[in-house]
Amino acid sequence: MTASASMPSDPLPLGSGISDRLSKKASRHIKERIIEALLFAAAAFSVFVTIAIVYVLVKESWVFFETVPLSDFLFDTQWTPLFDDAHYGIMVLLSGTLTSSGVALLVAIPLGTIIAIYLSEFAGFKVREIAKPFLELLGGVPTIVYGYFALTFLTPILQKIYPDLPGFNLLSAGLVMGIMIIPYVASLSEDAMRAVPMSLREGSYAMGATRLQTALWVVTPAATSGIASAYILGISRAVGETMILAVAAGMQPNLTFNPTEPGATITSYIVQVALGDLPHGSIGYQTIFAAGLTLLLMTLAFNLLGYWLRKRFREVY
Amino acid sequence: MQIQTGLEAGVEGALLKADVRELDFYYGAFHALKRVSMPIYDHKVTALIGPSGCGKSTLLRCFNRMHDLYPGNRYAGGGIVLFPDDTNLLAPGVDPIEVRMRISMVFQKPNPFPKSIYENVAYSLRVRGMSNKNELDDRVESALKGAALWNEVSNRLKELGANLSGGQQQRLCIARALASDPEIILFDEPTSALDPIATASIEELITELKEKVTILIVTHNMQQAARISDYTGYMYLGEMVEFGVTDQIFIKPQKKATEDYITGRFG
Repeated sequence: MTASASMPSDPLPLGSGISDRLSKKASRHIKERIIEALLFAAAAFSVFVTIAIVYVLVKESWVFFETVPLSDFLFDTQWTPLFDDAHYGIMVLLSGTLTSSGVALLVAIPLGTIIAIYLSEFAGFKVREIAKPFLELLGGVPTIVYGYFALTFLTPILQKIYPDLPGFNLLSAGLVMGIMIIPYVASLSEDAMRAVPMSLREGSYAMGATRLQTALWVVTPAATSGIASAYILGISRAVGETMILAVAAGMQPNLTFNPTEPGATITSYIVQVALGDLPHGSIGYQTIFAAGLTLLLMTLAFNLLGYWLRKRFREVY
Repeated sequence: MQIQTGLEAGVEGALLKADVRELDFYYGAFHALKRVSMPIYDHKVTALIGPSGCGKSTLLRCFNRMHDLYPGNRYAGGGIVLFPDDTNLLAPGVDPIEVRMRISMVFQKPNPFPKSIYENVAYSLRVRGMSNKNELDDRVESALKGAALWNEVSNRLKELGANLSGGQQQRLCIARALASDPEIILFDEPTSALDPIATASIEELITELKEKVTILIVTHNMQQAARISDYTGYMYLGEMVEFGVTDQIFIKPQKKATEDYITGRFG
């Protein structure tokens, strides 16, 4: 700012022209360089943090896998790292993660998609302007609040329908997690649908299509890549969600795909151990790094899938 | 604005397909069409010309009630009467979807759906609930033949419509419009996004199509109107300045304003 402001008042040396002002010595360029360096540092910082996280996870997991063979980790059907007869079968935690995420996605994907179609294709301007902030507010509720909502509100209701349901269960945690994910799925899907050019809709209406036919047969297919990314983000959120499960699902390692049972997920197990009194460096403590690495690989796989889907179905309008 | 009298000379038994009667149309507060009247003759090509913003596309889009899609648009008086059933398309009780089933449209920029070539053409049949495979196959084939596209795409019907060239995409959109056997097809500057060769093929197609269907075309290209249309309407500032047989409009316009526009002194 000061450089450009002082420019005109500076007496220009004889024979100075555009070329002098463009020379790298000009103070403006030094400032530009500083700003450039700051921007680069900010960008490099995020890359550095990511690499550091992966480094720590891999290094600590390495310690774990020196004691526990990978085959035990992958194929053992018990997860009892704190017992004398210790078993380290990640499958047990994975089943909890997959079950609760599955329940959540059964709620979030259909509801989120329907909300997106409604908001993008049917709702009037006013309805959309009111409904969207409320929807996004749903995503801003702290997850611990959702956790207690599941435990103290939803579970008792579910127990009235299904009396054998234990107080801690994957079903109620998964359902509430689904509600939490709806805004992500709906909001991103709606953005993708609204980005579909009006000319495609007009083409559909001009052929005599109804709103529903236009929404389902033209707009949704045209927005496939964006909708797929919304789903992938929802899946990543579900797999990584911690608090709801720690509060409402019981934290008991349990190899089951039945949502009406209690269970521990990878994330809730990590919370349990990180908050517990296991000594650092013990093999029990190292398990959380192996579990964390598993989680990271899962979300990485979903992100890669999302990237591939975006490329595969990207529409050039 | 009264219809010009030179008209009758060129009618020669042509039947009325539709009649625009003193139509007023508003975009919000903007009076976009002012008491526009014009006849549309059956199995003829009628062109609308005029400078940008004169209301020619607005008038075209009244025919299939496209304005209904956006809030604030208002048909304020008069109407478009469709023959032979003598109904006003713009009457409040008329279902716009029914109108669009009978009056199809081809847009300025080719807008194939993100579907296969086959499904693009079958779309207008599927929205009508047709699902019989053989019937669909037949109709898609005849529509593609009607749009002079069959020979180029018959062995790649499963490919995406967007993979075709610009001119082919526009012919695909014409096939899509043809598939449901509409009574009128509206063309909104159909060649403005195309190169000269593709333009020539579309123009040739339009002249062939009038055997089957009545055509109303908006064009900014006066030579195009002169080449392909039987009747021409010149619009300016929302009014129909002059309507008549194309040759007469281009060779001996009745109005000074029309002559100025045609000869390039204005616009």
